Amino acid sequence: MPFKFALVGNPNCGKTTLFNELTGSKQYVGNWPGVTVDKKIGYTREGGHEVADLPGIYSLSPYSMEEIITRDYIIQSKPDVILNIVDGTNIERNLYLTLQVMELGRPVVLVVNMLDEIEARGDKFDWERMGAILGAQVLPVSARKGTNLKKLIPVLERAAKEKRKPNLPVYDHATQNALHEILVLLSGRFSQEESIHFYAAKLIEGDSHVLKKLSLNDAERKELTAIIARYEATAKLGDRETMMADARYKYISTVIAKTVERNPARKRSVSEYIDMVVTNRVLAIPIFLLIIFCMFALTFGTVGATIQGWLEYLFNDLIGVWVHDALVSANAPQWTFSLLIDAIIGGVGGVLVFLPQITLLFLCLSFLEDSGYMARAAFIMDTFMRKIGLSGKSFIPMLMGFGCTTPAVMAARTLENERDRRLTILLTPFMSCGARLPIYAVFAGAFFGKMAGIVIFSMYVLGLVIAIVCGFVLKKTLFRDNNAGFIMELPPYRLPSMQTILIHTWEKCKGFLIKAGTIIFSMTVVIWFLQHFSLTMQYVTDSGQSIIGSLGRLLAPVFAPLGFGQWEASVSLLTGLVAKEAVVSTMGILYGVGDAAGSLSAILPQVFTPASALSFMIFCLLYTPCISAITSIRREMNSGKWTMASIGLQLGIAYTVSLTVYQIARLFL
Amino acid sequence: MTKRLKDLGKNKTGIVTAINCSGASKRRLIDMGITPGVEVKVVRVAPLGDPIQISLRGYELSLRRSDAKDILVEI
Repeated sequence: MPFKFALVGNPNCGKTTLFNELTGSKQYVGNWPGVTVDKKIGYTREGGHEVADLPGIYSLSPYSMEEIITRDYIIQSKPDVILNIVDGTNIERNLYLTLQVMELGRPVVLVVNMLDEIEARGDKFDWERMGAILGAQVLPVSARKGTNLKKLIPVLERAAKEKRKPNLPVYDHATQNALHEILVLLSGRFSQEESIHFYAAKLIEGDSHVLKKLSLNDAERKELTAIIARYEATAKLGDRETMMADARYKYISTVIAKTVERNPARKRSVSEYIDMVVTNRVLAIPIFLLIIFCMFALTFGTVGATIQGWLEYLFNDLIGVWVHDALVSANAPQWTFSLLIDAIIGGVGGVLVFLPQITLLFLCLSFLEDSGYMARAAFIMDTFMRKIGLSGKSFIPMLMGFGCTTPAVMAARTLENERDRRLTILLTPFMSCGARLPIYAVFAGAFFGKMAGIVIFSMYVLGLVIAIVCGFVLKKTLFRDNNAGFIMELPPYRLPSMQTILIHTWEKCKGFLIKAGTIIFSMTVVIWFLQHFSLTMQYVTDSGQSIIGSLGRLLAPVFAPLGFGQWEASVSLLTGLVAKEAVVSTMGILYGVGDAAGSLSAILPQVFTPASALSFMIFCLLYTPCISAITSIRREMNSGKWTMASIGLQLGIAYTVSLTVYQIARLFL
Repeated sequence: MTKRLKDLGKNKTGIVTAINCSGASKRRLIDMGITPGVEVKVVRVAPLGDPIQISLRGYELSLRRSDAKDILVEI
């Protein structure tokens, strides 16, 4: 019979690597209900047991979503065995979580990872004795090298059958006393509760969630207050939370003293040497920028663009032509050509061509994350990013935004803190993405001659300035509460496991492919319909007479104060919602000059003035990104409300800034 | 002599004596092992002067000066 295992451990202890080793590709990734914390369920290759990969956490406190999810999952789903993975090179802090997990009262198997590093350091562990003290099977492994992993499933199965509860930690007298008194207090009503020791310890810590959950009556609460008062009185500088943490760490010290013999002749680790260079006062920022540049060059430069070219060839010249020929030989009506070739192959294909870049980007990001560099990048950039209310880790998604908003928003997943993640997602679209460049190129070329380069560059700067101003304002208003601080582990540098990187990248790509196949596909068809049918449901080839054309006419007066009240401009902006590349091509079609950018540049001065051209460029820079980006925002925000807020913010700012610039610029230009 | 951790200075070591903040940030600090009696060493300061990197219980932790100001150390 298959069992249910829950994988628990600190961040950076090799938890994901172990999960991948156990389950291979048989994983399901989703979100925990209501929050954007990854929920991963997998099935072991041997035995088909269910494994839930719980979020990487340091404790079971009630202050972070990840920690609450973990403890609630264990208490409610009652996994047969908790598989607690700890980093053997950092066992002291890792065991802090273990003690709390043990108090939950479920069978525990302790997997001590990084056996290879422990041996390289020359540290000696008495595994048997550690297991005897903790009351749990202890298995040393190296998840990366595969050492001892074969033994893991049998060990887990045995633990699930034996159903042995782990031993309870033995704390100092004062703590033991207080715990005992609370147990007596609770035992009347909660005697059947297997997590009672966990609840007792959490009540000492003053955990408000547990207090609420147990719904103690007034007399019980009063008694609890008295117990805590007596407990706190036993220590000079103690308060309940610090005293409890201290008790846990003291117990861990006694366990380690009995079971671990550290090699006294410790060499300086490789990590320390790398850090001396990488986070060096002078070199840190140049190295960081160089790494970012390389990542950018790989993703959006030659390699990415070449593969993208192949995909474009595949869609337009192979599939497109093939479908075209098939339709011709089937004598299909004219509108099917437009729907299948222009809209579906063109539209969905136009989004799918970003797949190579997304793949490359996530290969790079996973590598940086798993190698330990991402934490250093956050460390280096934190002061700078904090000025606009963000944390160091936001820098990378924001920078990615200059390439493409879609993967940039997805990259915000690397931020643990929900507030930082939301703010990053709100600000990222202001980074001018690659698809907007053709718009600037055409307009700046047509109106600003020699100044074109400066005008285009100033668009990028303007986007940055708007993001900084917005960040600053949001920090002072909506996002004021930031008590999470910036307390972050700097894990040792490690060579990431290839399998983990590939699986992580594949997950991201799969999400993108599903999105392209569903939302983007249906939106493309809807927009095609609006573009090719008139209000009387007649098929039209001139989109000026289509529904979208009518919408454009309806919308045009709104943009008149911004200097571009022509319906063609409004329709172009509407089609720009599908993809920003569509703005220029739509304009070409509407002004009857076709796709060629050159001929569009020739006709634009007849309909735009330099001031309105500038205003139009700014609007394109700032207004809502394409559908692909909006769906990513929706997915990562995990909230319709926030998505609407994001769209509203962008439209509002785009309108205001364009209006201001136009009204001022027309006095001078 | 008692100092705030933020003023400890690079490559200096101290013993934590008190954590004078509350709520989530205090919880996070003590969960990460910053409890009275633990030895901490300031390893590095970020290029822009903040945050700082400290070493304790055999691992490396970074925290902002605003978090470190509430931690008292004895040297």
